[in-house]
Amino acid sequence: METSFALTGKGYVIVAADTTSARSIVKMKNDEDKIKTVSPHLLMSYSGEPGDTVQFAEYIERNLRLYQIRNLYPLRPSAAASWIRRSLAESLRSRSPYSVNLLVGGYDTSTHEPKLYWIDYLGTVSEVPFAAHGYGSYFVLSLLDRYHDPEAPLEEGLATLKRCIQEVSKRLIVSPEKYKVKVVDKDGVREVEL
Amino acid sequence: MNTFVNQFSTHSAVSQLKRAQNLIAADEDEYSDATWGSQAGFGNMIKGTPNFTVPAVPDPAAFLRLHTDDHADPNCRIKIQHGTTTLAFRFQGGVIVAVDSRATAGSYIASGTVKKVIEINPYLLGTMAGGAADCQFWETYLGMHCRLHELRNRERISVSAASKYLSNLVYSYKGMGLSMGTMICGWDKTGPAVFYVDSDGTRLKGDLFSVGSGSTFAYGVLDQGYRWDLTDEEAQELGRRSIFAAGHRDAFSGNTCNLYHVKEDGWKFIGNYDVSTMYYDGPGDVPGAPGGGYGYAIRTEGRSAADPPASS
Repeated sequence: METSFALTGKGYVIVAADTTSARSIVKMKNDEDKIKTVSPHLLMSYSGEPGDTVQFAEYIERNLRLYQIRNLYPLRPSAAASWIRRSLAESLRSRSPYSVNLLVGGYDTSTHEPKLYWIDYLGTVSEVPFAAHGYGSYFVLSLLDRYHDPEAPLEEGLATLKRCIQEVSKRLIVSPEKYKVKVVDKDGVREVEL
Repeated sequence: MNTFVNQFSTHSAVSQLKRAQNLIAADEDEYSDATWGSQAGFGNMIKGTPNFTVPAVPDPAAFLRLHTDDHADPNCRIKIQHGTTTLAFRFQGGVIVAVDSRATAGSYIASGTVKKVIEINPYLLGTMAGGAADCQFWETYLGMHCRLHELRNRERISVSAASKYLSNLVYSYKGMGLSMGTMICGWDKTGPAVFYVDSDGTRLKGDLFSVGSGSTFAYGVLDQGYRWDLTDEEAQELGRRSIFAAGHRDAFSGNTCNLYHVKEDGWKFIGNYDVSTMYYDGPGDVPGAPGGGYGYAIRTEGRSAADPPASS
């Protein structure tokens, strides 16, 4: 099933999401990118109700871009996370709410802090050192409680991510085979191969 | 005089006893002496295969389901213990068995001091997940049969045979509402052994198992730290830490961790560790523990992901 993880480290956030797009019991696509770059130092992974996910992510993407065009500066991660949460919360109280779970990871260029926000479809937001959505979270959260280090350099962070992916593929029946991994740090956003 | 009256009275206690004894004697005559102590099971207290009474309704299974299904009816009469974390693994130095101690009935913590390891005999341990009564009763019953096996065959039962006995037994009750997920662990002629047995009738031999609502969290820590050549201290520490992880993350598991170690000369109780204490202070002065709390906030205290440029 759909699984996404994210973790912070010394000056960076890693966001990883599986690349399968499923409908019923069929895998329709296996190279879907479910992590959007929503501003120069901000990543957002999305999962949940098919249809809602991409619609909502594009809505967020365009509005954050509009903000940057109007104000010359992009929103900082904390502000962006708050605005994304509010959008979800308002949608939840409408007649057709978006059911989308998000991980918002960014690098705050003014405080030099990596930031990670866990957001669920009910509009819960929580700033965390590591996060996960989907069935994978049941295996990975305890693992990260044990192995995550906020001061780990990027190589170590990626090694911890590999542990997570390996654990999920070992224990989850319907485990995803491929993940897309992106990193955001002071230099912006980039994709990495594991 | 009294004895004379008793002999002819039809209502006195003595005469009733006498009549009952005659009845039993008549009953026993149905079987030849050869059947006693045979494999057919006449050596048991119960004749033939084990059985027990079920509710006197057309469909006993449906009756039980009606009164135990706590999803459909949270106010049902009988509540079954569902949330648990138990684990057992085999390694170079024997078997480690670790369990939590929380019993929940719905959202209520019914007890925090449950013994979820059932000491079947000095060489066999069983774990408890699912229905507490089912596990406790049938594993004790299994212990009785393990003893009979010893008396009949002049040797200890293998872990494989004991677990097979249990799995055959619960399979005969399949669909009647039994609920158990258990690991039968021990040491026999073949060395350390762990078998997973559940009420569906599944029986699996393996190196490492975790059962219960917190099992996924336990696996997360257990899988990553497991190796065959773990030392005794490392293995005990891994068992403790895995139960801690589950007790911390799973709402239906927690309170304390009970730890057992099975070696060639039988099992040994290692200790009882409070999950909250482990979070803040660690398990205390035990071999294998690194010192300090297991909790994420404690472990990473003072560490920051911020990366400010070196100030000039």
